[in-house]
Order: sequence, then structure tokens, then C-alpha cells
Amino acid sequence: MVEVNLWSGMRRFVGDELVVEVEAETIGEMLDALVAAHPALEPIIAQGISVAVDGEIHVGRHVPIPPGVEVYLMNRLKGG
Amino acid sequence: MAKDEFNQYRLVGTRPDRPDGLDKVTGRARYGADISAPGMLWGAVVRSPHAHARIVKIDTSKAEALTGVKAVVTRADFPTGLTGDEWDLQENTMAGEKALYDGHAVAAVAATSKLRAEEAARLIEVEYEVLPHVVHVDEAIKPDAVVIREGAALPSVPEGMPPNVVRYFENGRGDLEAGFAAADLVMEKTYKTEATHQGYIEPHACLGQLGADGKGEMWVCTQGHWYIRKMCADVLGLEKSQLRVTPSEIGGGFGGKTTIFMEPLSLALSRKAGGRPVKIVMSRSEVLRATGPTASASMDVKIGMTKDGMLTAGHVEFRMQGGAFWGAPVDMALDCAFAPYKMPAVMHIGYDVLANRPKAAAYRAPGSPMAAFAVESLIDEMCRELGLDPLEMRLKNAVREGDKSSYGPKFKKIGLVETLEAAKAHPNLSAPLGPKQGRGVAAGFWFNHGGETSVTVALSEDGTVTVSAGTPDIGGSRASIALMTAETFGIPYENVRVNIVETGALGVNEPTHGSRATFATGKAAVEASNAAIKEMCRRAAVEWGIDPEAVEWVDGAVRPAGPNAGKFPPMSIAEIAGNMGDTGGPISGHHEGNLSGYGASFGCHVVDVEVDPETGRTTVLRYLVVQDAGRAIHPAYVEGQYQGGAAQGIGWALNEGYVYGDDGRLQNSVFLDYRVPVASDLPMIDTVIVEVPNPGHPFGVRGVGETGIAPPLPAIANAIHSATGTRLRDLPMNPPSVLAAMKAQRNG
Repeated sequence: MVEVNLWSGMRRFVGDELVVEVEAETIGEMLDALVAAHPALEPIIAQGISVAVDGEIHVGRHVPIPPGVEVYLMNRLKGG
Repeated sequence: MAKDEFNQYRLVGTRPDRPDGLDKVTGRARYGADISAPGMLWGAVVRSPHAHARIVKIDTSKAEALTGVKAVVTRADFPTGLTGDEWDLQENTMAGEKALYDGHAVAAVAATSKLRAEEAARLIEVEYEVLPHVVHVDEAIKPDAVVIREGAALPSVPEGMPPNVVRYFENGRGDLEAGFAAADLVMEKTYKTEATHQGYIEPHACLGQLGADGKGEMWVCTQGHWYIRKMCADVLGLEKSQLRVTPSEIGGGFGGKTTIFMEPLSLALSRKAGGRPVKIVMSRSEVLRATGPTASASMDVKIGMTKDGMLTAGHVEFRMQGGAFWGAPVDMALDCAFAPYKMPAVMHIGYDVLANRPKAAAYRAPGSPMAAFAVESLIDEMCRELGLDPLEMRLKNAVREGDKSSYGPKFKKIGLVETLEAAKAHPNLSAPLGPKQGRGVAAGFWFNHGGETSVTVALSEDGTVTVSAGTPDIGGSRASIALMTAETFGIPYENVRVNIVETGALGVNEPTHGSRATFATGKAAVEASNAAIKEMCRRAAVEWGIDPEAVEWVDGAVRPAGPNAGKFPPMSIAEIAGNMGDTGGPISGHHEGNLSGYGASFGCHVVDVEVDPETGRTTVLRYLVVQDAGRAIHPAYVEGQYQGGAAQGIGWALNEGYVYGDDGRLQNSVFLDYRVPVASDLPMIDTVIVEVPNPGHPFGVRGVGETGIAPPLPAIANAIHSATGTRLRDLPMNPPSVLAAMKAQRNG
């Protein structure tokens, strides 16, 4: 089970929760499970997100999520 | 893992000559406008003089009748049916039903000379129905504001928001009410920053060629030629692999050259002109009117602080306009706002708002400078109110490894405390100040980035090495990549040449953005070098008849790994490469991936200014940049990045800013009126490189390009306050603004 921390603007799409639990072993599985449980998140995720796994920010579906680590969804970062 | 011992490297951390130096000082370097081709035509663009207008009719007949004109294109020559970001790019490339800002392209022409193309452009007659416009964010966000584009809001915007709000952000945690209740001082202020341009010295330039068969070429000044390929192909409906894009040398980008502007026009004109190449070079006025500056911002900040300087709560509400399309960096501004500090309770609210201005592009740490201006200014105001030392206060609240960031996840290894300590220890902090002089301090933050990266390293027959990289060298990355490659191989720096290759030569590379080139391309080059070394060890093992594991690589040569491996004389890279044709053929290494492991970089700036009470002119007397580089591969370039960030930030703070007339037209579209700092405006900028190695990079690199532009805005505002007792909360703090603020202060 992965505890996914959302940014608070996402609460209205998931029943006012800030943390959502899903079964997943990778970022891709986690995102798919989030959308399956909360379809309203699909366009938000499609717009582009980054995922912080244990404090490290990733883009990409195949990154593993080890058990018990901190997971945060973040807006997609873009640099200059 | 990063190597933790300092001074263990032969080359990393040294300052060899830059590989592009001779080309640049002799004029041999080829920039975007230097590229020409046989049969070449020149392109010119017709731009809207109106901030907001319906395009009723475009008559191109007079232009087409002009001798030497070979093609004219309007939006009718572009494919239809695009949606989302691709539609935005196409619409910004060439207006459709409406011109959305002063400078928006509405037609383009190609002719046999530049003058003839410009003459033809003047003959294109566009009939407009001028519409009401809005250019300032606080006006654009009003519920009854002029609606710029119906239905442009993205899904993050809740029902009932004003019509020009296209993205909405909300992120926070902790008990805000309790946090403010626990404070001895709560202050709330509003700060504003005007849009500024990256101000790169080289205007945009490209040469595009596209045949009727859909095969095309482009030579272009860009930070990211795979992005150019993708965006041009999307906008024109081309197959991506049929368009080959080669980057020129680049004269600055700072984020502004990570997207397209007129590049698709050269291809569209070429296709219509029978495949003749078309060159377009922007004027400075076109660059300022019609490329991508950063957003303007209006920001409310509320902070709670105890009398001993501990932060108890923070609340920000940022409103930013990034032109007539979504893309103001309000999301990243929010994330950066309180990033340097441990915040028990925090809330960030943000609005991305449409206005009749050009589509914002990235600009060096997008969003972070505005956020820093607001938050670091208010922190300074509160420190003054409570009689606190601004550096000590920041040290008390500074985030460390394992702390939860204000934007959510915990921090990995970071160096803010070391940075603040280094600033505190610097002699500039104890330099005496005279009358009318003041000192300001501010901190800054940027995430940095890894991203999609593909690198090949190949041995030449003499044992020298070529690196094929896909990130254009803007700030010295060829030198740093060569240093890391040479260090890995154990060969001289001069034996490595780094080429920035065209799109057909490697897999997709993201641009040089996000301070990623030395981190990501460097990391990939090290991995690719290790792959080539592994292959050399394998070939030596075959030659010697031993296991590959019994061969090791030391100082640029293979040798048996120990006494049990056998007695063979070392074989140098030159010997192995000289025989590679007989031992299996070419030797190269390749690495690609979506590279992670990047580490955030914090900075602290200290500035001394003198303010002339007669004119309001601010003179920067001393300037200190302290920043964590992780590891400085080529320290001179790192110092250059620090100084460049400070110089740009000083310009943003003191002089730069888009000025729009009541008619919505840009009033200062040349460098005489849009005033960037020149050398005589600046003191020698002092630098201190802090090195807290990033464990996610083989040499500890973090990325240094962006953080340095965030602290100057508040640091200078804080210094002006120190010098004059007057607080300026709007940028730029140019002489008239400072004079007016001082006068207002005197008049109570």
C-alpha cells in the first residue's frame, strides 16, 4: 500500500482527502490506481506532474516505489 | 554515490581554458544568424499593432505581386484541428481569428533579400476590428475583465472563478490559525513585479528548409533542438524524424529559447517557396514584443514570527499573468516561496491569469525571483521590526536534510546552512557603511532538474575521445562535460572534444534548462565513458586470455587487477584505440535515460547600495553571492553563473520591466528604453562556492544556473530600505520610483 500525499488543491477531486492510499509498486501503477479510484484526477495528472519518492523528484512511470517511503504528487517542474 | 573526499580529483575542480573561447573571441563561432545556404530566401513577419483585435481580412495580393517575393503564409497555411498545448503553440506562432497581443504574428513573407521581404511585409494589408484589452494582472483577474479566450481554463480551475483564470493552485499543511496565533508579530503586505525579458544578447534566428516530400532541415539558435523539432512538427503536421534540427552556437537563452516563435514560419514559407531555405532573424524589437518574457506578478504575503525570530506560519496568494496563454510560473513560484525555511504551517494559493501580452516563456528559475522578492522582503521587514539579525534569523529557520519542505516532500542532502554560514563569515558583512548606504540580505532556492538525456562517447584511433551531447552549451557545459569525461577515462582534458550534435545523432534530449546540463549530460557522459572503459577492459582480457573481471582501468590504461591475474604490461587508451579495428571494431559508450538524483541548490546574497537622495539612483557598491554548487566541476564557470544571475537580478530589481501604454502597446521595445545592466552599472561581484556534494551525481554536481537570480530582487529592496528607511514593494526600483517612495516617506 502506498500513501500518496496530494497537493491540497486536489482535495476536491478525491472527497476532501489529502492522503490517498493505493496498491502500487511503481509510479505508473500508483498514477493508474489513483485515476481508477478517482477519475476526476485524470485531467489533472494528464496536465503533467512530478512525483517525489522518498524526497527525490521523478518524472517517469517505471520508477519503483519501495514500501513505506514518502510519496508526494507535485506540479510538473520546468526550468529556465 | 558521490565521492565525499575533496581534492581527490586530477581535473574536476580545475579551471582549464574554455573549449569555445578561441572561436568566440575570433568571431569564428557560428550563431543563428551566421548560417546561410545556397538559394536562400529571407523571411519577414507581419505583426499586430493592436493588443487585442479580431482579424477581419488579410490581403496579400500586393506583396505577392512584388518582384522577388516567393511565398506568403497566413494561418490558412497551417493544419487545423490541433488542441491543447499544440494549439497554443500554433496560435502563438501565427494568429488565427484574433491577434492576442501587440506583436502577435499575423502573416509572413519570403523574398530574395531581407529588404525585399520587409518591403513585402509592409504591403500586406490586415483589416482589424480592435477589441478592448487588458494587460495588468490585477485588472485581468477581475470578474468583469475583458475575456481574452473563452473556455481556456484548465481542469484545476474550480467553477465560478473569474474568466481569465486558467490555472488555480492551492497547497498547504499545518494549522495556519494556530501558527499565526503563536506569533509575536504577524505582518501582511502586497508586492508586485513587472514582466522582464531574459535579455539574451543574440536575437532569435533560424534557417529552415522544407520540401514538398515533408523532409526538412533547420539550423537554429536554441536551448533545445529536440523541442524545436517536436514543436515545429506538431504545429505544421510533420513527421518528427523527417525534420533534422541542428543547433547553432547560442548567445544566451536563460529559458527564453526553450520554445518556438518564428521557427515554424521559416519552414512554412520554405514549403510554399518550392523548398528553398528561408532565413528569419528577429530584430530586438521583435524579440521584446513577440518572444517569451517572464510573467508579471501581484503577491500577497502574510507571515507569523516569534520575537526571537522563529517562523510560525506563512500564507501567500500569488496572481501572475503570462500572456494570452496559460503558463505563468505561479506553480513553481508557490513552491519556492518558503522553500528555505522550516514552516510549521503554510498555505499557498495561486492564479495563472490570461492577459493581452506575449506568451511567457521560462526565465531562469521560473517564478522563484518573484516569490523571493515577496517573501524575503517581508521577512526583512519583520526582522527590522523585531530587531533581529537577518542572517541569524535565516539560520534559525533554515531547512536541513530530512526536513519537510514547504511544498511537501522532505529534503535530501542540502547545503543551506553551510551557505548561510559562509555568507556570515565573509568580510563583506563587516565592511563599514557610509551615509546613504545600506546592506541587504536574502536567500533563494531552485529545484534543479535531470530529465531526458542521451549521450554517446566514442574513441578516436589515437585514443582521444569525442562526446556527442544534445544539450546546447550556454554557460560552459562543454568544458564541464569534458572535464568529467577526461577524469573518468584518466586522460588529459585536451584529449576530449564535446560536440553538440543534431537531432538525428542521438535519442531525445531535453533542452539545456533547469540547470541540468552539467548534472544530467555530465552524469550520462560519465556512464557512457564507463561503458567504453568496460569494453576496453573486455578487449584487453581477450588479448591477454584472462577474465574481464581480472582487468582494471587505472590512469587511462588497462592493467591486470592483481598479481593473480597474470603479468601483462599496461595498455594505454591510445594503444587500445589504435588497434580497435583489429580487435572488434569501433569502441564507444552510450547512456540514456530520464535522469533523476538531482539536488536542490540554495543561495544567499549580500548587497551594499548607496541611494542618491537627489535623484533616487541606486548604486550597487558591493555584491556577494554565496551558493551551494554541490561540486564545482569548472569553478570559473560556476562563478560566472553566480555573477550572471546576480547581474540579471540587479537589472530586474532596479531598471527592467515591460511598460505598456494605455493602448496596450509595448512602449520600451529596444534596449535604449528597456535597460539591462551594463558593466559600468555593476561592481565586481564577489562569489563563494559552497560544496555540499549531491549524492545523486558521480561527482556531486547540483546545478548552479538558476538559483542566483532569485535573491537579488529582495536583497536590493532590503538594502534600499536599510539606506533610506523606505520600503519599496513594487519593481523595478528605478530612480523615479525610489524618489517618489522617499518623498512619500518624508510626507508621512
